[in-house]
Amino acid sequence: MSLSPAIKTAIAQAAANHGGPKAAMLEALKLVQEAEGWVSDAHLKEAAQVLGVTTAEIDSLATFYSQIFRSPVGDTVILLCDGLSCYLCGGDAVRDAVMQKLGIGFGETTTDGKFTLINICCVGGCDRAPVALVGPERKLVGPLTPDALDALIDGKAIGGAR
Amino acid sequence: MSDKPLTGRARADRQPHSLAVWRGLGGGVALTQALKRHSPEAIIALVEAAGLRGRGGAGFPTANKWRFMRLGAEKAGPGPRYLCVNGDETEPGSFKDRLLMEALPHQLIVGATIAAYAIGATEVIILVRDEYRAAAAALTRAIAEAEQAGWLGRDILGSGFDLTMRVHASAGRYIVGEETALIAALEGERPVPRHRPPYPAVSGLWGRPTTVNNVETLSAVPSIIENGAEWYQSLSRTDEGGTKLYGVSGCVARPQLIEAPMGTTGRELIELCGGIRGGRALLAFQPGGGATAFLEAAELDVPLDFTHTKQAGSSLGTGALIVLDDQACPVAAIARHMRFYARESCGLCTPCRDGLPWVAKLLDTLEAGKGTRGDIDLLHQHVALTGPSGRSYCDLNTGALTPLRSGLERFGDIFTAHLAGRCPVGRA
Ligand SMILES: Cc1cc2nc3c(=O)[nH]c(=O)nc-3n(C[C@H](O)[C@H](O)[C@H](O)COP(=O)(O)O)c2cc1C
Ligand code: SF4
Ligand code: FES
Repeated sequence: MSLSPAIKTAIAQAAANHGGPKAAMLEALKLVQEAEGWVSDAHLKEAAQVLGVTTAEIDSLATFYSQIFRSPVGDTVILLCDGLSCYLCGGDAVRDAVMQKLGIGFGETTTDGKFTLINICCVGGCDRAPVALVGPERKLVGPLTPDALDALIDGKAIGGAR
Repeated sequence: MSDKPLTGRARADRQPHSLAVWRGLGGGVALTQALKRHSPEAIIALVEAAGLRGRGGAGFPTANKWRFMRLGAEKAGPGPRYLCVNGDETEPGSFKDRLLMEALPHQLIVGATIAAYAIGATEVIILVRDEYRAAAAALTRAIAEAEQAGWLGRDILGSGFDLTMRVHASAGRYIVGEETALIAALEGERPVPRHRPPYPAVSGLWGRPTTVNNVETLSAVPSIIENGAEWYQSLSRTDEGGTKLYGVSGCVARPQLIEAPMGTTGRELIELCGGIRGGRALLAFQPGGGATAFLEAAELDVPLDFTHTKQAGSSLGTGALIVLDDQACPVAAIARHMRFYARESCGLCTPCRDGLPWVAKLLDTLEAGKGTRGDIDLLHQHVALTGPSGRSYCDLNTGALTPLRSGLERFGDIFTAHLAGRCPVGRA
């Protein structure tokens, strides 16, 4: 599937807003990822064409920025903080529990394609440690306990979200 | 006049105000005053007299930075000039700029506008880290409101000053917050640091004069205009003006952000957080985020401003206190930081790109009780070879090794005790 006309228009618009095609490359990658979940080779190429930059140029950013995904991710991305403040508040137990529950490690996706687990630090939620960012809005959840994370993964509501 | 000029107007639920409400709270007064009553030079003089120092980590005097920009602009001649707002906040333990952007976007916009007027910038770009989606949304909305209200755009409030402002959303990587990498990021280059000189004030974004300021620095500016330099100075306990938005996390009963007079002590801040969690004793704290040296109980009464924290052997950094209790292992703590810095190295310099992962691995081995005396020697060597500063392109490398350097100095016995095959500290 090629990129939708709406995304292409948005990418072209980004070039106007960001001071030129080159400066808009990251925004283009973000737009593609927002729509598709990740950035495939085909979409990378299309985005480059809309901007009139080379695929290599845009990929040099795609491969540098940690939050641009160049391989498929699950429906829900869980970014779990492995920073010191989270560790001091029980982050390792939460990490172990989520890995066990999902049967995956950092950087992996469950076989049913539902979840991808990624480690990240620090996400500026140290006052609510340990924390994770969940889903497309990167909603901050915490303080997490192994049980709270269980509930989150089972699709149950979790308190204290903002 | 609030004794909490930075956070006093924030809503308890951290939601942003509308511009109308913000104006009703007096939040537009500084803009009118600055643009109508003050010359750019007068604003810089006010900020200097207020004693404002950059809150991005280095504590650079803001007025000096702004003067360099004016000199740079003179040299560069006519054309665009930029103010970049650094909202990349990723330093471990730091969570202050998040609040200032999420809950108080208009305050930042007004502060940035006044700064832009003072330095003669034509465009403001606020770089916001990817994970702060709510902050980027709040700022984008607030900028649109400000344009509507005539706070941005052409001939702002009839002053003749023109300014545009926009948000640039980043996509991960700690290095983006380093000011020259940030400039590269905005140009669409790989965000790796650039050589200085030329300094951004002379040749920054697209080769034009550029100033990079932290979110908290600029958020403090409106209150200085409103209430004056003397008032701002008087908020502080020391020679450095104002309040500081400290963040306290780790082993305290109630981790939180605290806006307090500049120079508040670690003891007071920890007490405001309900003390050490579980009534335990303090082992150590980092006063300014992951890249700052540890302080111990003997230093709990050090006024935490830039000067005194430095005198005590550490630095104020971002004002993010990370507190370790006596059940927390410093080797494990340093190992956490090191894994982060190792993976965030941009790869430009060998000691950082290859050295930090090596150090991280040594620390992991040691933490697991599988280390040798030779591993500890190697850690000492890495620290010694890195030197205090200047042997790599940017300060990520030196910053990363700072907690290790101080950990080896202060907790050498705990490092050695790990050679017996297990962690000697409670938690393990
Ligand atoms: C690796 C690295 C990361 C940095 N990250 C940030 C950051 O996220 N936010 C910030 O304001 N400053 C950061 N800085 C400091 C900036 O380079 C710069 O000094 C600061 O934005 C200047 O603002 P100020 O003068 O208002 O303090 C970082 C520096 C380094 C070396
Ligand atoms: S010190 Fe590290 S992060 Fe800084 S430029 Fe060198 S490799 Fe990049
Ligand atoms: S260390 Fe996890 S949010 Fe800061």
